[in-house]
Amino acid sequence: MNRREFLKRSMVVVAGMAVPAAALHLIDPKQLLAAKPDLRWAFLVDAYKCVGCGFCVKACKLENEVPYEANVSRTWVERYVVKKDGEVLIDSPKAARDGFTTKKIEVGEGKFREVKDEEIEKAFFVPKLCNQCENPPCVQVCPVGATYSTADGVVLVDRKWCIGCGYCIMGCPYGVRFFHPVHKTAEKCNFCYHRISKGMKSACVDACPFGARQIGNLRDPNDPVTKVIMTERVGILKEEYGTKPQVYYIGLSKEVR
Amino acid sequence: MLHGEAWTVKELFVYPNEYIYWTIQIVMYPFLTGLVAGAFVLSSLYHVFGVTKLKEIARFSLVFSFALLPCAPMPLLLHLQQPQRNLNVLMTPHFTSAIAAFGIVFLTYGMIVASELWFVYRGYFVTTALKLRQKPNRTLSETVLMSLYSILVMGAWDVSHHALEQDEKAVKILAAVGIPVACFLHGYAGFIFGSVKANALWMTPLMPVIFICSAVVSGIALCILTYVITMELRKLIITWRRKENPSLPSPGELGGVETQVVTMTSRYLIMFLILAITLELLDLIFRGYTAVKSWDILRSVIYGKDFTAIFILQYGLGNLVPFILFLLPGLTVRRAVVGTILVLFGVFMMRWNVVIGGQAFSASFAGFMHYHMPIWPHDMETFKEGLFGALMVGSIPFALFWLLSRIFPIFDLKESPPSSSRH
Ligand code: SF4
Ligand code: SF4
Repeated sequence: MNRREFLKRSMVVVAGMAVPAAALHLIDPKQLLAAKPDLRWAFLVDAYKCVGCGFCVKACKLENEVPYEANVSRTWVERYVVKKDGEVLIDSPKAARDGFTTKKIEVGEGKFREVKDEEIEKAFFVPKLCNQCENPPCVQVCPVGATYSTADGVVLVDRKWCIGCGYCIMGCPYGVRFFHPVHKTAEKCNFCYHRISKGMKSACVDACPFGARQIGNLRDPNDPVTKVIMTERVGILKEEYGTKPQVYYIGLSKEVR
Repeated sequence: MLHGEAWTVKELFVYPNEYIYWTIQIVMYPFLTGLVAGAFVLSSLYHVFGVTKLKEIARFSLVFSFALLPCAPMPLLLHLQQPQRNLNVLMTPHFTSAIAAFGIVFLTYGMIVASELWFVYRGYFVTTALKLRQKPNRTLSETVLMSLYSILVMGAWDVSHHALEQDEKAVKILAAVGIPVACFLHGYAGFIFGSVKANALWMTPLMPVIFICSAVVSGIALCILTYVITMELRKLIITWRRKENPSLPSPGELGGVETQVVTMTSRYLIMFLILAITLELLDLIFRGYTAVKSWDILRSVIYGKDFTAIFILQYGLGNLVPFILFLLPGLTVRRAVVGTILVLFGVFMMRWNVVIGGQAFSASFAGFMHYHMPIWPHDMETFKEGLFGALMVGSIPFALFWLLSRIFPIFDLKESPPSSSRH
């Protein structure tokens, strides 16, 4: 090998090494965040207002093309029935896509249980969706970086890059994720990113007739959602996992899982 | 088709999107890497620590470890929803994920085993290749073997005493380096589970250590078992061949299973078994004693739903019974065989109880999931994630081992001449 050739070859090697390094550099979310500091999406659920109609679930399935009959959903509503003797019954039949149309409570394996009205101490509904955690374990565990946090605080999945290992599904403490039955990649709620980034509200927020769901920008002090989160008593789910969820709840109860 | 729905049965309240996503293939993955690591550690006991009594089985388990190696990532590959994208892990490894470095760790380990194997067999390759070269009328298979060996020698034809000593030194170093790497490879599999904070059963820092100990146990057990079976098979074949060609050595001359090798090896097995059980029990007691939020549901899984799988099959049949079998005085080969089979079963059940048991309850802590393993497949998915997929993955190492043993003779063949320079 002469000198000229040597130089040529080493340039190729150096360039080859520089490409992946540069690629890693580009997708550093912190830098992106610094570039766009004035937007941070957050969600507010007022559980007092939820009546369990399931319109949000229906709207979500249609909007985000999650097969209507498949028993998975980006969002769902749970019903809690707390009995006088302390027993707690929870269900979410078909993710509450059709609402709660019967008093019978689903207990799995195709069975139902009926609770007499006079045995019930309290009962309520809790809508659930991805918490767009600030410290998301699903992003941490993705081996290929197909799940990532955006600068404005939403966790997204790249369907073109996901290998379908399911590690993120295992890593999410909220049971939010699943495999899309058609795309065969990890799937979850993304606050309707395609809508909110165009100035619209997410499909579930628009579909809720009772205003139980609201979405807003945490960086905007005048945003009504932000005002509530900042000034009222709100709760989050499963704080103990240290995931820093960005879905805030009014009217949580100790029974809520 | 919804992934997981075919084999998951839900009981009480389970989040709508929760299914048993990790099935039998993910049970096979730590089981197989465990065997790889265990077999390697066993062979290193001879090479590094000079446990000469293990000489006979050392080379055997090294080749076996090599045969198991390509099979370890297979279950991982099979369970992916997008298996054709598997190389993404090497292209954009996301290092905060415990799985991201798998390819790298795995390839490093593979290279170590391959080069150790090469150093162990180089002398043999050279002598055999040279001998075959001089042979005037070679059969086709001999010619193939000769060319193969000539390639494998990779130009290092020096078989002087000094060169062979160098080889031995290299083997020693590689075996020594290989032990931590093997442990890492498998401890790493433990870390993949142990670091999932969302799963109450998996999350414990003990997981990697428990995985390593049980890995060594299973690796040793499989080596003993295969060793005995191969020896017996060899005897059978020779007896059968002698009917036509009485000049062949008799089975007696060939030397059968060395009881001493089996006894010695099983002693190491017992040692690691005790260690593994101690750690597992420590974990269990600790969970019960601290009784954090998840303990209620864990208790009902461990002492209720999975009682048979954990206490009867894993601890009882898979640990206690073989423990007694090995410790009763006057260990015979037959008893050792039964013991090793049970030990292997026990370790498999341990993997099962971790992987499937970890998904037996909902993250809501208010419901359970049951895995109904698909037996007869009716589509690709139920094949992959069912009995036959697992059996397929589990049988490939043996086929590979057979193939490899054609190239790397695993015994000091008393009847065959080119046995000079190996150890
Ligand atoms: S709720 Fe689950 S899926 Fe959503 S960001 Fe948090 S960990 Fe990830
Ligand atoms: S399933 Fe896809 S998004 Fe989830 S961890 Fe695996 S590769 Fe990442």
